[in-house]
Amino acid sequence: MATETAPGKMATWLEDAKGEVQDAPIGYGRMKRKEDARFIRGKGNYLDDVRLPGMVHGAILRSPYGHARILSIDTSKALAHPKVAAVVIAKDLETLGLAWMPTISYDTQAVLAGDKVRFHMQEVAFVVALDAYSAQDALALIEVEYEVLPAIVNARKAMDADAPLIRDDKVGQTNNLASPTWEAGDKAATDRVFAEADTIVTRDIIDPRVHPSPMETCGMVADMNPETGQLNIYNGNQAPHAHRTVYAQVAGLPEHRIRILCNDIGGGFGNKVPVYPGYVCAIAGSIVAGAPVKWIEDRSENLVSTGFARDYIMQSQMCAKGGKITGLRVDVLADHGAFDSTAQPTKFPAGFFHIVTGSYDLDAAHCTVTAVYTNKAPGGVAYRCSFRITEAVYLVERMVEALAWEMNVDPIELRMRSFIRPEQFPYETATGWTYDSGDYHKTMKVAMEIAGYDQLRQEQQEKAAKGEIMGIGIAFFTEGVGAGPRKHMDILGLAMNDGADLRVHPSGKAVVSISAQTQGQGHETTFAQIVAEELGISPNDITVRHGDTDKTPYGLGTYGSRSTPVSGGAVAVVSRKVRDKARLIAARMLETRPEDLAWEKGRWYVRGDQSKGAAIEDIAEYSYSGSPMPEGLEGGLDAQAVYDPPNLTYPYGAYIAVVDIDPGTGHVHCRRFIAVDDCGVRINPMVVDGQIHGGLTEGVGQALMELISFDEQGNCVNASFMDYLLPTALECPEFELGETVTPCPHHPIGAKGVGESPCVGSPPCITNAVIDGLRVHTQGRVRHMDMPCNPARTWAAMQGNAAPPQ
Amino acid sequence: MASHNGNARFLAGGHSLIPMMKLRLADPGHLIDINPIEAELNYIREEGGEIRIGAMTRHRNMLESDVLAKHFPIFFEAEHVLADPVVRNRGTMGGSLCQADPAEDLSGVVTALKGEAVLRGPGGAERVVGMEEFHIGPYMTAVQPDELLIEVRFKVKPGGGSAHEKVERRAGDFAIVAASAALWIEGGVIKDCGLACSAVGPTTMHIGRAEAAVIGKAPSEELFAQAGAMASQDCSPSADGRGPVDYKRHVAGVLSKRALSRAAASALR
Repeated sequence: MATETAPGKMATWLEDAKGEVQDAPIGYGRMKRKEDARFIRGKGNYLDDVRLPGMVHGAILRSPYGHARILSIDTSKALAHPKVAAVVIAKDLETLGLAWMPTISYDTQAVLAGDKVRFHMQEVAFVVALDAYSAQDALALIEVEYEVLPAIVNARKAMDADAPLIRDDKVGQTNNLASPTWEAGDKAATDRVFAEADTIVTRDIIDPRVHPSPMETCGMVADMNPETGQLNIYNGNQAPHAHRTVYAQVAGLPEHRIRILCNDIGGGFGNKVPVYPGYVCAIAGSIVAGAPVKWIEDRSENLVSTGFARDYIMQSQMCAKGGKITGLRVDVLADHGAFDSTAQPTKFPAGFFHIVTGSYDLDAAHCTVTAVYTNKAPGGVAYRCSFRITEAVYLVERMVEALAWEMNVDPIELRMRSFIRPEQFPYETATGWTYDSGDYHKTMKVAMEIAGYDQLRQEQQEKAAKGEIMGIGIAFFTEGVGAGPRKHMDILGLAMNDGADLRVHPSGKAVVSISAQTQGQGHETTFAQIVAEELGISPNDITVRHGDTDKTPYGLGTYGSRSTPVSGGAVAVVSRKVRDKARLIAARMLETRPEDLAWEKGRWYVRGDQSKGAAIEDIAEYSYSGSPMPEGLEGGLDAQAVYDPPNLTYPYGAYIAVVDIDPGTGHVHCRRFIAVDDCGVRINPMVVDGQIHGGLTEGVGQALMELISFDEQGNCVNASFMDYLLPTALECPEFELGETVTPCPHHPIGAKGVGESPCVGSPPCITNAVIDGLRVHTQGRVRHMDMPCNPARTWAAMQGNAAPPQ
Repeated sequence: MASHNGNARFLAGGHSLIPMMKLRLADPGHLIDINPIEAELNYIREEGGEIRIGAMTRHRNMLESDVLAKHFPIFFEAEHVLADPVVRNRGTMGGSLCQADPAEDLSGVVTALKGEAVLRGPGGAERVVGMEEFHIGPYMTAVQPDELLIEVRFKVKPGGGSAHEKVERRAGDFAIVAASAALWIEGGVIKDCGLACSAVGPTTMHIGRAEAAVIGKAPSEELFAQAGAMASQDCSPSADGRGPVDYKRHVAGVLSKRALSRAAASALR
């Protein structure tokens, strides 16, 4: 269990919890995160902390080429290594039926390459040795003969007639098309709107390939007990229940004999949603070796071979009429890498990209998405994003900015004219979404006030007169999160619902078990606060249990900002079930009728006589005592719930960035960042602020420095944090946060989810600011550049030589 | 070192060697940990008209040194942007110089200040080499397998000023380009000049032509712009993830000019 603590640690932990009682609100409000006591002391329990008796160690041999035929593999020297227990290659997996595995997108992916390697650092062989060093040493002893093939690294060339066929393993596959063109919106209506437009702006906009880069890399300890057939899997993943079902399907193992244990997880960001070949290898290794196998990838393996994000090339046009935005069309070329394992609900092959109309009341919109295979690592995961919404928001917010300057209108003014108005909610978008609630004008105004927008524009002009470059960028995003309603979506046939199980003990303390899986989001605090708000129990008297499929209810996990919208809904509902049961018991205790009782936080009391009542802990004690229960009611105070959200929730926000650019070097400094988020009701505002700080930091990284790139042979050239840069506090301004609160009308507690908003809204905001600075500096000549806005690329754009990222 | 027939490496701060071993790029048979003799080799001394810095002096000691701040402000500027606090707490002067990464900041600083390296070999024999002689190629120095860099010496001359300029993709990253400049100005005339650029060639690039061009003249923005243009021409960058060749040449010029201007300001202060 995630929160199991060694006896020695327990004393300090209890002491802390005791000390914090004063600071914890009975319900919503700022309180310190309960889990931080162990994290800040370095006492978290991560995957590499798992040490089982008799455990052996795995390592993966990877392809040195982007595309090559495997002529032979000789493992004899590795097997002769005195500390090597087993070497597994594709043909060994074939006998177990595990050589290929299904992806989340109904494609197939090689667990170990047998016929060809299709991307740099693809998995080729798995070594099991008595220690991790020997496993690494043995990799060098495996001899693989390759015939190198030409590699496709540019998605635009994947459909060329002379392009090499990457997926010759697939029957009937004759080209590199990964999935047929998918579309949303009304093409004919959009054509009509464009025909009538006053202004049309056209841009090729690239959201380049980046990596979620969780601090803890992926890995697994697989422990198959040969006697009992029980498979225990220790693995930090974002959806343990769904993973269990997948292993049952892939490996043909009975689902009730698979137990997945997620301890503390050092970040996920979408990277820990997929099932990776290394996981299947670790399980196969444990079966072959008859011992627990630990496999943990190193940083290079994580960066180069695991789920990337974005890689969308978007050709787009936006038009205006009468001073307002009226239409949008987008054609996307998606680079899925060698295997299509993009993460999204089944009926949404481009995720939620068609939320691309953003926060605007458009007359019509149309988008298409065409996906190709390339010789790059598979992925397309939703990196801190609800299934391609980051790409959609990046596109629409870049286009609005471009259109505004084309019309010579202030970009905030154009947004204000074009926003969906408060009275239009619930609002049906041109591509079929039903936004639940919002007051966009108000939120935009709050951001303008914090920023001092008019003064900033004045300062920009003054600086420009002195040859200095200052840019101001805006982004206003609307996200659709909390997937999702079972009538609309599923993943691999599994409804995207979440369960909750709440047990109030005789002493009035409680344990709530959830199916969401924290990777650092603060669930142990936030979910306790939801129960606290609903039942009036102190959050310090509530344990949140997660991360053990044997001890928690089924649900689809944590990604797409779905924890609060879905799992949080389940926790609110299960708390209300307990409250309802408590009412029946209280009526018996107070010798009155349930309908004569009224609730105040923590207590049922008799209407008209507030002194006569029963507190929740008294009701709990009674429910387990020898006293008689109400007629037909079972003893104890507990309940279960499964929450099926009626709709997505639609958080939104107004962001403003200010950058300074060195005219001599192109270096961009983000001087200010104003973020006004509306995520509905805030459970713990401090946790929300923390989420926003983290997401904005990732946005700074994507906008200014992050890029996965390849050479012509298909070699990934960002195999370490020396070459794949993550931002530090020094690149980030002191974030200036504001809020508006528009409760979600259909969510039990009015919350909308916030984890991903800042990472969605900030990349276009900062990029818009950089382009704005270059625009002013060049008297309007420069109107576009793609991320990352690193010094060399920004300087080139300043010279009029902006180039796509490579 | 002799007993292992050269199949060994000295371990000082370990912030280059250990990562290389982790990536299996380096595989020495033995490590000789010289941290136990840190007390002997960690010092910043002013004596006999010289500043002497021991090879085991940590970056942090140089960053915080009042003696260096007084004579050579370039040290504070370079150390402030060199890697991160973790590296600066452990990494050493000797380690930086002997790793001889062409993108590394400190080699440029020592080159601009015309520092000399003291190498000690078997039996305690010492030799002193200038930076021109010290850098022989990428990651290669004049230090022989049986030698140890023990000290770096700098002459203190009147009218000195210095500055370091760096463009990086992110705090703590190696430079895209860095320029280190030192000037000695007396009576309104530049008596001596040191200028070096990092990350724009196979080794730290010493821009001798620019130095010669400014010596004997009065400092001016125009003069430094000319020197910057020479740095731009004389460096030999290659394209990589940090930028293309034309950009790096351009920035070498911009930063050289800025470093010389600020060095002059600090000399005249």
